[in-house]
Amino acid sequence: MCLAVPGKLVRWLDREPPFCRAEIQFEGITRVCNLSCVPDAQAGDFVIVHAGVAISTLDAQAAAQILADLSRMAEIEQSTEDLP
Amino acid sequence: MKFVDEFRDPQHAATLLAAIRRSVSRRWTIMEVCGGQTHSLLRYGIEDELQDLVELVHGPGCPVCVTPVAAIEAALALATRPQTILASFGDMLRVPGSRKSLLQVRAAGGDVRIVYSPLDAIVLAQREPERQVVFFAVGFETTAPATALAVLQAARLELKNFSVLCSHVRVQPAMEQILLAPDCRVEGFLAAGHVCTVLGYESYEELVGRFRVPVVVTGFEPVDLLAGIHECIRQLESGQPAVANQYGRSARATGNPAARRMIDQVFAPRDRAWRGMGVIPGGGLELRPQWEQFDARRKFNLEDLAGCDVSDCPSGAVLAGRLRPPDCPHFGKSCTPEHPLGAPMVSAEGACAAYFRYRAAPVGQAEVHTS
Repeated sequence: MCLAVPGKLVRWLDREPPFCRAEIQFEGITRVCNLSCVPDAQAGDFVIVHAGVAISTLDAQAAAQILADLSRMAEIEQSTEDLP
Repeated sequence: MKFVDEFRDPQHAATLLAAIRRSVSRRWTIMEVCGGQTHSLLRYGIEDELQDLVELVHGPGCPVCVTPVAAIEAALALATRPQTILASFGDMLRVPGSRKSLLQVRAAGGDVRIVYSPLDAIVLAQREPERQVVFFAVGFETTAPATALAVLQAARLELKNFSVLCSHVRVQPAMEQILLAPDCRVEGFLAAGHVCTVLGYESYEELVGRFRVPVVVTGFEPVDLLAGIHECIRQLESGQPAVANQYGRSARATGNPAARRMIDQVFAPRDRAWRGMGVIPGGGLELRPQWEQFDARRKFNLEDLAGCDVSDCPSGAVLAGRLRPPDCPHFGKSCTPEHPLGAPMVSAEGACAAYFRYRAAPVGQAEVHTS
């Protein structure tokens, strides 16, 4: 029920709440979703959509940070294993 | 897909698995709150992979599973009403009420429609002005903004033929109920990432302070789940529980302000009976009095009808993490997705359905290592 999928905002169609609508692209499929909860989202942003409504604009920096932390963790682990 | 593929990366998953193995001094018991997380844990073989290190108990985060029989009976009554369309999410149709499901009522001629969004029910109401359209609203705070938007749209469009049978539920009161149970074994929570995306996670500070349990906001992909488990174990091992966020790309401390405003504008908290778990104080949402023209219970003089759960399904124990689905005597025998005894076997997020679907794969074939 709480399943939500990320998609890319292609273009706004209507910016008046509660009818804010935009085209969102999900892996080749484009759907019109309600964007009343993310009024500041811009074309090119990724939003996360649940039940036809975008509930968040995804933070690319936060995503990159956790992945970078994991890569660093792997490097440390590797260097520890390499110790004589 | 960006923001998905990288969080299914086997290398990152392996790094986290190794880190978890290194940090565990004893087997901890952690509850993932959301049914979507339960499905991912089983789908990617994470539960099997960690079984010696962590006991993952599956939480109540399946709204379809916790919708009480009385609310389903109210929906069934509406679905048999003349000139009425009952719209809801697909999962709700197969959940048994006292004697029937919405699917059976539809087969007998009731006008029951599956919608992807509450906003689809608004379109239905506009297209069919001679008929009453009732949206049977279930779901946690993740879904509540969509229902709130439907009510706000209906008000702006001055729709006279749209209403909501509201059965929305709230996650945090249920977590408190679980912690208050005398036989509670939960030592830490993976909080539901999308509920926190809407509401934020500041309110968990009080819960952590009162019960001394870690609460880690966690997403749904394998790397998200392993990162959540890793952080939860780190806190348990250090004896310093806190609120942490491992789903930073979507969830922020204060949530989504616009979505929160919509929820507050349309709904008020109320006590609510959860199927199998009894009445949870503040465990539900109801429409505020100013929206009563859209409240199906008032509009059709329909309080939740008397109805009792006559099945042998011990769903309450499953939803509170006290009974693992494979340990239920009915699992896979008298209870299957085709012939469910209870909602956890029906819903796409139900723990029983997850075990039935994914436990057929041999242990050790976890996708987290092979994909």
